[in-house]
Amino acid sequence: MPILEGQGVTKLFGGLAAVSDVDFHVDQGEILGLIGPNGAGKTTLFNLISAALPLSSGEIKFKGQKINGLKPHQICRMGVSRTFQETKVFPNIPVLQNVLLGAFFGTPARISGAAAASEANQALEFVGLSAMGATPINDLTLGSQKRVEVARALATKPELLLLDELMAGLTSTEVGEAMELVTRIRDMGITIVMVEHVMKAIMGISSRVMVLNHGERIAEGTCDEVSSNRQVIDIYLGEETHAGS
Amino acid sequence: MDITRFVSTHKKLLLVGFLFLILIFLATFPLYAGKYDVRVLTFILIYVVLAVSWAMFSGTTGYMSLAPAAFFGLGIYAMALLQKELPFPLIIAIGGALSFAFAVLVGLVTLRLRGMYFAIFTFGLVVFMTEIVQYLETRLLGRHGQSIIPIDNDTLFYIMIGLAVVTVLITYLIRRSRWGLALLSIGGNEEAAEHMGVNTTMVKVFIFAISAAFMGAAGVIAAPVLLYVNSNIAFSVFYSFMPIFMAILGGTGVVYGPVVGAVILGYLETTLRSQLFNYFMLVFGIIMVLIILFLPSGITGLLPILRDKLKGVISKLRKENEGEPHANT
Repeated sequence: MPILEGQGVTKLFGGLAAVSDVDFHVDQGEILGLIGPNGAGKTTLFNLISAALPLSSGEIKFKGQKINGLKPHQICRMGVSRTFQETKVFPNIPVLQNVLLGAFFGTPARISGAAAASEANQALEFVGLSAMGATPINDLTLGSQKRVEVARALATKPELLLLDELMAGLTSTEVGEAMELVTRIRDMGITIVMVEHVMKAIMGISSRVMVLNHGERIAEGTCDEVSSNRQVIDIYLGEETHAGS
Repeated sequence: MDITRFVSTHKKLLLVGFLFLILIFLATFPLYAGKYDVRVLTFILIYVVLAVSWAMFSGTTGYMSLAPAAFFGLGIYAMALLQKELPFPLIIAIGGALSFAFAVLVGLVTLRLRGMYFAIFTFGLVVFMTEIVQYLETRLLGRHGQSIIPIDNDTLFYIMIGLAVVTVLITYLIRRSRWGLALLSIGGNEEAAEHMGVNTTMVKVFIFAISAAFMGAAGVIAAPVLLYVNSNIAFSVFYSFMPIFMAILGGTGVVYGPVVGAVILGYLETTLRSQLFNYFMLVFGIIMVLIILFLPSGITGLLPILRDKLKGVISKLRKENEGEPHANT
């Protein structure tokens, strides 16, 4: 059974369909890559799943249970966590406290201060920032801030993690590290959906890829299937080839 | 150097001792101070409660509430209307509960407004309360304003110490709990906080109401100090702005910041008021502008900077001392 399912998911902004009648599913334990040109509706789809935006129509189910209509904090506590395209860390509190917040509030069970602290430390160590706990967040590089977001999301004990352009703006070394991090998260048993523009990353680690264009799903399949799809090459990869040449 | 080491190892003990000394000073104050001074200090303590409870919510979440006067005034009017019916301690509890309930209502409606709009709404609330209370008072009771039966100065003073201690203590406990972290995360990035599992609406409304409860209780105790109240006195916007000035001056980064600000500005206000009468606001305004320009993080925000500077000087001196023998050889 898929861990996440969407049926006829639609989001209208005025007359514009940002996401239009999209059906999708995410299988337990996979990494689903979500690609498409700018404005294709990838982030909007994330916002619909995490309830940052209400659906116009359609239905989203997490582990067989309808989740659209819930509040973002309820969805987080059910086990769906996310990061943001433009990092949304808490600039007024140090790194460890950023992660601690996820540990305290991200699960339905009430956890003790000591347990939360140890979980936050674990999550920080997992992303390789254990030495940075006391650092003010604005002193970190963009790459590290994104890692803090990942650690914060992991501290909420998710079963499904939505990564929104984790690799945008990173150096190529950092992209390599981020890919390794994503794989390690998957190996922990956490299912991942990632929006990404860095093709190397998507094609390198995704088990499946879904392509959106103008809010519609135009292709879905393994990396090979998608990258040989005529329509995808035309609207997406084609553009990039031209830009590259 | 032994002193700095002593301070850093016994920090907690020293802090508790210091707080104890302050409490002893406060408790024995009426024994050697005059009646007037006791009244001044009582009012300063009222400001402490207002400033600390304002910072409890607004200082952490960044939601600029201009509503303290509305809750404070509600407490004053609870006292004005119930003074002959119920015992004083019970009225304090009622004043707090009324303000709490009113803040829950206001919070549920307005805390979805952000930034400027929330500030404007809460300001409007104070003006609204002034007018509606005046209208109701004239219509239903056929009077405008009323005098409050005096209560012994020292009794009021001790009750006020109690309320101030409770307010500071509760604020401190909230700050260091998970609620404190949630409040700060809302101030940092509310959307992210919501997505990390924080029920932001609940946290905001609840803490807003807690802070309002302290303001309402302070209002009840303030009424007999004021002796005569009408809706313009009770719901004066002055009681909204003063706590904010105080919290900003003291710094909202730590719990005792607003306390420091309230003591300084509260003392300054009473002194300036008695010497300059109506011009005191002018001097006051200039002081506020200077603070905002040069001390945006408040007096307590200055402490870490000073400490770092001092450490730098000390280590420099040390290096020079160690360096000298080398220079000679």
